[in-house]
Amino acid sequence: MNKTVNQKAWLFVIPVFVLVAFNAIIPLMTVVNYAFQETFGNNVFMWEGTRWFKQILLSDRFHAALGRQILFTLIILFIQIPLGIFIALTMPKEGIGVSVCLVLMSMPLLIPWNVVGAMWNIFALPDIGFLGHSLNALGFDYNFTQQSGDAWFTTVLMDVWHWTSLVVLLSYAGLRSIQPAYYQAAEIDGASRWSVFRHIELPKMKKVLTIAILLRFMDSFMIYTEPFVLTGGGPGNATAFLSIDLVKMALGQFDLGPAAAMSLIYFFIVLTVCWVFYNLMMKNEGQS
Amino acid sequence: MSLELRNVEKKIGQETHIYETNLKLEKNTINVLLGSTLAGKTTLMQIMAGLDKPTNGEIWFNEKNVTGVKVQKRNVSMVYQQFINYPNFNVYDNIASPLKITGVDSNEIKNRVGKVAELLKLSPMLNKRPNELSGGQQQRTALARALVKDSDLILLDEPLANLDFKLREELREELPKLFEDRDCIVVYATTEPSDALLIGGYTATLLEGKIVQHGKTLEVYNKPNSLQSAQVFSDPPMNIAKIKKEGDVCSLISDDVSWKINSKLKDGEYKVGIRPHNITTYKEGPNSLEISGKVLISELSGSESLIHFTNGDLNWVSLSNGIHQKNVGEQTKLFMNSDEFLYFDVSNKLVNNV
Repeated sequence: MNKTVNQKAWLFVIPVFVLVAFNAIIPLMTVVNYAFQETFGNNVFMWEGTRWFKQILLSDRFHAALGRQILFTLIILFIQIPLGIFIALTMPKEGIGVSVCLVLMSMPLLIPWNVVGAMWNIFALPDIGFLGHSLNALGFDYNFTQQSGDAWFTTVLMDVWHWTSLVVLLSYAGLRSIQPAYYQAAEIDGASRWSVFRHIELPKMKKVLTIAILLRFMDSFMIYTEPFVLTGGGPGNATAFLSIDLVKMALGQFDLGPAAAMSLIYFFIVLTVCWVFYNLMMKNEGQS
Repeated sequence: MSLELRNVEKKIGQETHIYETNLKLEKNTINVLLGSTLAGKTTLMQIMAGLDKPTNGEIWFNEKNVTGVKVQKRNVSMVYQQFINYPNFNVYDNIASPLKITGVDSNEIKNRVGKVAELLKLSPMLNKRPNELSGGQQQRTALARALVKDSDLILLDEPLANLDFKLREELREELPKLFEDRDCIVVYATTEPSDALLIGGYTATLLEGKIVQHGKTLEVYNKPNSLQSAQVFSDPPMNIAKIKKEGDVCSLISDDVSWKINSKLKDGEYKVGIRPHNITTYKEGPNSLEISGKVLISELSGSESLIHFTNGDLNWVSLSNGIHQKNVGEQTKLFMNSDEFLYFDVSNKLVNNV
């Protein structure tokens, strides 16, 4: 068979290539470039090899931020995933209630992230915020700007409010795709509600839940805007998660080299966790 | 043992899904519910199982009123059109699941699962999970789950509809054997008349929420009580024409085809129903009648030929054995076997004394 040779086809690839280059490859390569060099401004760079990587990996500050980040993400996942599934299970399956619930559930997802931070900041202020004031009126010594426990509580609560609906919507979609015959078959067997959940609903939701966990892992692991507006990483460094700490280092102290090295380490952690998790979950999925 | 529906009716809102129905299914029988989609087969089965309650009427099982008794307490099993198995259990655990829930001793479970798996040719794949199996094997697993329980009532809701042709043929042949020597009532819903003929037993023809006829499958096929029942039990669709009877001569109203019958029927207008395989390209029997037609579609199905043709305002199908190619638009001669004609009166009732 004669293939038509037409090199013009390459022209059509150029726009995509340029786009990807500008929004991914070039910035990433710049970061890689910084990560191996030292600069004092004036566009003067010196080769530093792996020094910044060693420094970051051995620094207590990075360990602390990473620890806070892992703890935060774990708390978020352990609250949002079960809560999301639970809400999805209790949502109506037909009638007007479906639309009402779906709209209500989508609302938090539509609010810009820094607005969420600002809302919760005001909401939680101990003197004028509804939440903060009420808690104090009830006798709790609550002040998220001064007590790290309260700051964590508020940040977690805010994130649960903001993002649980994503898990709800995904789980709901997964549940709706289960054919009614499965429930009937289980009913005929006399299976308990728990068995139905454990052996039908959960396995059938496996794929959407994998996606939900991945999305929630990535978003919470890279969280920046909301805690930045809410607590600014404080009090002290109590809620300075990885990306907040990173911005402090890069822009606040202008330590470009270490900050670039930290970015790459951060990037590889996210990439590795996602890759390992996804492959573990999909290992036995076969062709279907 | 028997299952009886007494004056059962099912309405959802204003809509009637099942009109008042009386039906008695006897011990150790296979009963085919034959009807097109939306005829009410599934609704009827769900009422029989106890998954759904009738709006009016009662269900009696073994001379006991079981209306409203929950499905778990009825010893029923059901197989669906979709392949319903527990997705994260292997085949063994899937088959064993109904027994485990009722707390059967584990040696007994092993024994019974082994037997059923052997019967359904699942023994080599007991450790596989449903998503590693073919559709046929998944449905075999679902069948095994239904059989392992020793239910009093086994409901099969179009179990072969989602299988591809070869697997369907294979499993369809095995099905009647599976239920031999079982102390239970089997109900099998299908849209395919050929399924009913192959399975035998009893057949109930369903049309738009009504049972038109219930009886031995061959009797329902050979002596449909009405035109509706005959139509439900005919695929390709039955050919129907208005006829006129004068003395001992019948003739098509739309064409000058006529034949003699020995009958004490009153003279007047009737309808004749002719199954497609009784119109052929060759003469069959001594009482073949010739009819001419214009070929609309000519298609081959295996070693059979389907010819759709028109004659006046008649739009008919013929089914002949062997390969008979016709050109579209061609005028052709076909032969009707008048011994096999079914006669109905103007109200669509079968005329018996022909």
